[in-house]
Amino acid sequence: MSEIYQLSLCELVEKIKSKEISCEDATQSYVDRASRSKKLNCYIEDTFDVALKKAKSQDQNFNKDQKIFGAPIAVKDLFCTKGVQTTASSKMLEGFKPEYESTVTSKLWEQGGNLLGKLNCDEYAMGSSNETSYFGNVINPYKNDKDLVPGGSSGGSASAVAANLTSATVGTDTGGSIRQPASFTGTVGLKPTYGRCSRWGIVAFASSLDQAGPMTKTVKDSALILEVISGHDHKDSTSAKKQTEPFSQKLTKDIKGLKVGIPKEYKVEGMPNEINELWNKGIEIVKSLGCETKEISLPHTKYALPTYYIIAPAEASSNLARYDGVRYGFRAEGKDLIEMYENTRAQGFGDEVKRRILIGTYVLSSGYYDAYYLKAQKVRRLIKNDFDEAFKTVDTILTPTAPSSAFEIGQNVDDPISMYLNDVFTVPVNLAGLPAISIPAGYDQKNLPLGLQLIGKSFDEQTILNNAYAIEQNLNFKPQIKDWWM
Amino acid sequence: MSDKQFDYYLTGEKGEYEVVIGLEVHAQVLSEAKLFSSSATKFGSEPNSQVSLVDAAMPGMLPVINKFCVEQAVKTGLGLNAKINNFSKFDRKNYFYADLPQGYQISQFKHPIVGEGKVILDMPYGTKEVGIERLHLEQDAGKSMHDQDPNHSFVDLNRSGIALMEIVSKPDLRSPSEVGEYIKKLRSIMRYLNTCDGNMEQGSLRADVNVSVRLKGSTEFGTRCEIKNVNSIKFMQQAIDYEARRQIDLIEEGKEVDQETRLFDTKKQETRSMRSKEDAHDYRYFPDPDLLPLRLEEGYVENLKKDLPELPDQKKQRLISEFNLSNYEASVIISDQAVSSYYEEVAKQSDYKLAATWLMGELFAALNKEGKEITESPVSANNLAKMINLIKDGTISGKIAKTVFEEMIKNDADPSKIVEDKGLKQTSDPKEIESIIEKILSSNQDKVEQYKSGKDKLFGFFVGQVMKEMKGKGNPQMINDILKNKLK
Repeated sequence: MSEIYQLSLCELVEKIKSKEISCEDATQSYVDRASRSKKLNCYIEDTFDVALKKAKSQDQNFNKDQKIFGAPIAVKDLFCTKGVQTTASSKMLEGFKPEYESTVTSKLWEQGGNLLGKLNCDEYAMGSSNETSYFGNVINPYKNDKDLVPGGSSGGSASAVAANLTSATVGTDTGGSIRQPASFTGTVGLKPTYGRCSRWGIVAFASSLDQAGPMTKTVKDSALILEVISGHDHKDSTSAKKQTEPFSQKLTKDIKGLKVGIPKEYKVEGMPNEINELWNKGIEIVKSLGCETKEISLPHTKYALPTYYIIAPAEASSNLARYDGVRYGFRAEGKDLIEMYENTRAQGFGDEVKRRILIGTYVLSSGYYDAYYLKAQKVRRLIKNDFDEAFKTVDTILTPTAPSSAFEIGQNVDDPISMYLNDVFTVPVNLAGLPAISIPAGYDQKNLPLGLQLIGKSFDEQTILNNAYAIEQNLNFKPQIKDWWM
Repeated sequence: MSDKQFDYYLTGEKGEYEVVIGLEVHAQVLSEAKLFSSSATKFGSEPNSQVSLVDAAMPGMLPVINKFCVEQAVKTGLGLNAKINNFSKFDRKNYFYADLPQGYQISQFKHPIVGEGKVILDMPYGTKEVGIERLHLEQDAGKSMHDQDPNHSFVDLNRSGIALMEIVSKPDLRSPSEVGEYIKKLRSIMRYLNTCDGNMEQGSLRADVNVSVRLKGSTEFGTRCEIKNVNSIKFMQQAIDYEARRQIDLIEEGKEVDQETRLFDTKKQETRSMRSKEDAHDYRYFPDPDLLPLRLEEGYVENLKKDLPELPDQKKQRLISEFNLSNYEASVIISDQAVSSYYEEVAKQSDYKLAATWLMGELFAALNKEGKEITESPVSANNLAKMINLIKDGTISGKIAKTVFEEMIKNDADPSKIVEDKGLKQTSDPKEIESIIEKILSSNQDKVEQYKSGKDKLFGFFVGQVMKEMKGKGNPQMINDILKNKLK
């Protein structure tokens, strides 16, 4: 018999609704486990006491109609949670308690979710290894002899799901921050189409790229969370005028006839063989499931990373201007306004954040705007056109999620460019605003998880979910978590 | 209207200088809510009582456009005879200041909602056309107060996020008076359209003034300086005068005018440097990624056009061409909306020309005497109209009407009643008038002789005598006509 914390979200909710498990037991199970897992440093702040109280009251007020009734869910510390500290993993917001709740997390609670706490991430969502957090590194529950990174920026989220410290969670993905850590931790991470979920109440990093999305143990769980958190929000002007869809109900592994594209430009030089092999394995699987595979070309792929590292920092430099010590958050005093700004931002922000603000300020500055920012936006259009063209002949696109498995903590900290290369397969998707999902597909020689990514057409999350579900059911990937940290 | 010539030239040693002025007017949009948030916009509320999460730039907050503000901007654009752009975009203007919570102002840089237009001014030397470059929407900032405490500055964010229309003129203005008239014209148009209350004391209308000088006859522009945030017409005019002379002095000394931003010190009545070009902000404008481009639907502008009230210039032309008002009368009437409404009320019920005469003559005199505004007029528009109709139909003469009017001022009584009660009806019986005229003429034969031999002025004497005999109630026109006849 599985432990409660080993159940998938869907299994758990089903057992709660059939009264096989009480809400209190469900929450207690995760609280116990999370309390003994501080070494992984997934949680910045826990709300265990409140969660247990709520679980007890949920047992008194049974609600079969709520889609995730009784599910204990911790969320990335980028979502503003009313009355609960929200830090964006930064000293700048340490102690900040919003008076408001983000739209996405509101939907989770409306459907019966129960907040366990706030999960660690890279500071202001800037990073690919969760090594830039003011609250310390997150450690990947997968390990060889050294501690490994869980990926980033949603490293705390991915780790928590993999280590069964939450039944599911939501993260954010700007350049791969849901998918890459999912790949490093053997979990499922979905970035919806830009505009599918509301950005209201999420600490903004890069406005035209940020999207909230589910991070879960299984594809079916992912579909259920997506169903809960999607939908038009009039408070977000970039929110698509679409209602949510019954993704979990329409989930099927029958993908016969699906056309799957294999982009030739994703065969990057120097990529480990194992990744290539895994990719081929994926191709074989979909073929065996009745899909047609074909090679496609996304010619501007190689420009995606530099394009991203111009646009994202540019938007971030402006979005982070509000953190100035005047109205809320950290303030370091100064003899006048300018000095106060300088001291506050020098002390409140970490190095990676400062690096990106400087890059962003530079590419928007007078004399450089045309050469960098404007040019990058034009290239972005070409990248999107590549996908639009490809999707005329295929329904989904299959690629590896990351160019390696989880690396050691500290390995890339002094080499930002190496760090940025982690995003090479995920970034084009954000630039094009498309949906994509990463599913665990196998292990490398070091017994570390590797992920495969499926990219879909705009607002066609159902197809990539189905495609992913079919592969998942066929592969039967088994997590190999050893609880070494307890 | 005198045949004056434009004459604002400043004399230096090198010759006469012309002053070139362009204005960037910031007009607060009249609306219930702010440009991108639903907070109230009422002036004078408790500090920080009208600040939403979006206005305070809390983490995760996003802007949502207020459609009514867009409508107000388009209406104003139509009032400026300007091109309305069906496609426009919002850009972020990035800089740091304590009263700018976001660290950027949402504005419109490359694609404003309104394009080129024009405004016509009535100057003593003729009409002057002032070109409008563009009008765009942007957020207002909060207010900083540095004088409340020796060691602290205070910030009130009530104003942060209120919609502003920035109206940029072409550098077509040439004198402080033209600037004054331009501001008044803009204010008048916006008040007519109800898109801005134009209240400079409350800060709902402010201007940045760009001033440069050049020798008269030159076609090249000189280096300009920007005088920021001047909040009264008088100060603008003083600032321009000072600044123009300052620049001329520099040029005459052989020095260059530095392009810089200056402030006007209202106490010392001089401008001083705020920051130089080197210290100028680099605003790093880029399209706001939280907002979609603004697209006006087919027919949107046409619909607004249909419902626009008559604008001051149109009204003025109509008053002149249809009702024979003089340019001066028409200008005075349209310059103030309350006056214009009152006038219209009176005129449409009676007579446009007489209404103008009585409004600008007796009524204004009475108001001035009491220090009252037209809105506090002791005589209602209806009653004034009635009185004018009594003149028109011959019941009373213009002279008698003055007496009636004086009565009306006391208690806004019905003029017909006053005429009744005081027996003020004029006599228009030709037989009666003729007999009195004969009587006067026959008892003044010597004067009749003198008149017939050329002393035309005596006509007035006869009229006066007849009137006196009739106790002022004779119909003056009839007296005139019959007397003329008799004296032929």
